Amino acid sequence: MPVILSISLPAYNTMVVIGSTVLLGIAAGLVGSFLLLRKRSLMGDALSHATLPGIGIAFALMIALGGSGKNLGGLLLGAAISGLLGVLVMFVILRTTRLREDVAMGLVLSVFFGIGVAILGMVQELPNAAGLEAYIYGKPASIVFNDFLLIGGIALLTSVATALLFKELTLLCFDDSFARSQGWPVGWLDLLLLGLVTAITVVGLQAVGLILIIALLITPPTAARFWTQNLTTMMTLSAVIGGASGGLGTLISSLTPRLPAGAVIVLVAAGIFLISMILAPERGVLARRIRRHRLRLKVDRQHLLRAMYEILESEGSPSDVRNHPIPLAAVLKKRTWRRHDLEKIIHAARKRGDLEPRSGELVCLSEAGFGEAARITRNHRLWEVYLVTHADIAPSHVDRDADMVEHILEADLVRRLEESLKERNTWIPLPDSPHRIEQGS
Amino acid sequence: MNWTSFDTWLVVTASLCAVACALPGCFLVLRKMSMMGDAISHAVLPGIAIAFILSDSRGSVVMFVGAAIVGILTALFTQWISRFGNVDRGAAMGIVFTTLFALGLLLIVRAADHVDLDPGCVLYGAIEFTPLDTISLGSLEIPRAAVTLACVLAVNLVIILLLFKEFRLSAFDASLSDTLGFSSRILHYLLMTMVAVTTVAAFEAVGSIIVIAMLIVPAATALLLTRRLVSMIVIACAIAVLSAWLGHVGALTVPPWFGFESTTSSGMMAFAAGLLFLLAWLFSPSEGQLVRWWHLRRSS
Repeated sequence: MPVILSISLPAYNTMVVIGSTVLLGIAAGLVGSFLLLRKRSLMGDALSHATLPGIGIAFALMIALGGSGKNLGGLLLGAAISGLLGVLVMFVILRTTRLREDVAMGLVLSVFFGIGVAILGMVQELPNAAGLEAYIYGKPASIVFNDFLLIGGIALLTSVATALLFKELTLLCFDDSFARSQGWPVGWLDLLLLGLVTAITVVGLQAVGLILIIALLITPPTAARFWTQNLTTMMTLSAVIGGASGGLGTLISSLTPRLPAGAVIVLVAAGIFLISMILAPERGVLARRIRRHRLRLKVDRQHLLRAMYEILESEGSPSDVRNHPIPLAAVLKKRTWRRHDLEKIIHAARKRGDLEPRSGELVCLSEAGFGEAARITRNHRLWEVYLVTHADIAPSHVDRDADMVEHILEADLVRRLEESLKERNTWIPLPDSPHRIEQGS
Repeated sequence: MNWTSFDTWLVVTASLCAVACALPGCFLVLRKMSMMGDAISHAVLPGIAIAFILSDSRGSVVMFVGAAIVGILTALFTQWISRFGNVDRGAAMGIVFTTLFALGLLLIVRAADHVDLDPGCVLYGAIEFTPLDTISLGSLEIPRAAVTLACVLAVNLVIILLLFKEFRLSAFDASLSDTLGFSSRILHYLLMTMVAVTTVAAFEAVGSIIVIAMLIVPAATALLLTRRLVSMIVIACAIAVLSAWLGHVGALTVPPWFGFESTTSSGMMAFAAGLLFLLAWLFSPSEGQLVRWWHLRRSS
């Protein structure tokens, strides 16, 4: 029995670690959402690298003052100060030079990290210095209950602050010039957002390290963005994904020997991101592929039917169009399509019942297909006439423009087009084409 | 300060690396891709780890190939995620490089038993030991890393000289470059490969922190001093060499001020580059803050 118990209920230490990473993931997911929407994701990267000198200096100062140097609160305070200093330098560079954001970030990141490495190189000689590097790669196993209280407290505080500032931060992310015109202190809000990011980064140092905390800030919100268009939903989802990655990652790494928890957390988050990116119903890659494919099929079918209708139309008078088989070659000449593609389109149309079954080199509209073709041609003409009369598009250019829009015309819009054309007395049951239709040349 | 031939070789090696980075760095900065250098230098970790596990040696050809592949993959994945997923470029880059870094870390820790590779040395490098590992060329004893880095520098230089016109065009007007038939995409991936290969050549000798710093800081400093591309590249290279030298001098002289014995030269070199940027920011004839302030005061 004890074996089962130890699997179903992890050890007390592991519980503390899992609690910390879950809270961290939730807070990072919330703050990271705004960072993503502000298009500043990589600022987290620059910021986290900029914390390193603070850790080294805080450690050396605490030793000089007679402490052990390993007080987590002190180290995190140092990290926060130097991180904020990095942000400040970044803003000064952006304000005073013509260097762009990416350069300012890269500058702060590399120079601060270099200073940090140099300082760590110096304090390495001090007693008790071993293990400082854990803040670069993270060492969640070293979290004890007091650290949990600190990490959890700060994570909770940032989450609450994010919730309280929800309205202001939303405005900042979606329309900063409007915010400025309404008198909001945009610069301070930006600084505040980065202050929250600093807090998250700093508490994440011990758990996942300064390089991988970036992932917790970026990956969950980006994954959540695929599932929804609503900000509140996105933030909730992002917090859930962040917390789940933190918890799951720590759990997996605690069950298997020699799996660094920080790395596993990031890989779990990346896995969730990959799944979201591919499978999300609205914005996912697969869904959009399928949507585009369906549209392609619809457009192809409409092109085929209209081409055939116009051929039939050109053979008799416009008021008396009769359905009869047409040679494939005539259809082929109607548009610039390749024979192979056209045959595929025709095959699909036969399966839908728009065309009569195959009969040699001739294609023939079915009864239903003929009606549909008349309707599609009518929509196309309506749109063309509308563009000519209302949008001042030259008749010679209107065919192409109409081609692009007509496939997404909805029944309601068609009705409104009819209305608007009726007012102008241009109503025709099936209007003549406003431009000359090429006779298959 | 006790300067020996050891220190000279150290500075020479670091300078070679710095210049090798500053060359592609100028174009990265101009193409608004500065963070790509940081991303790639983190992302090559799994490439290095896999190549290391496969070939069981450092500095082999396998390592370069592995890193070059991962470097291109980083650029490709970033491109795909931001295009097909409709994701902000920065976020896409962040996701790709942190994931690859985590993967590399995992591989290294899992393989730590039978492979001697420490994630720390990838970041800091072991520049202090570089001059000890020498190969003899005629009568000269040259550090192996210096030879490797000189080769990388030569390759970077040749590529940029040969394709200078194309790089310049695509840096300033990517769409014109595309219309004229010089695919800015191919140039982009070429640049990424250069960055990746340079990172790998640098990682064991001088540490990737120098790579990240030297890709961006000299180019940014040069951008404050000039508005011409050719002079920008020349100035960036000069600043790269200067910061390598200053950094090592600093590493020898600064720690005693605070009662320490020594520090890592690679970190100090990045710091020195930062200081040079600060100087340019203050005193650049066209953009310097103090100079501007002085002009404002005189004119009022």
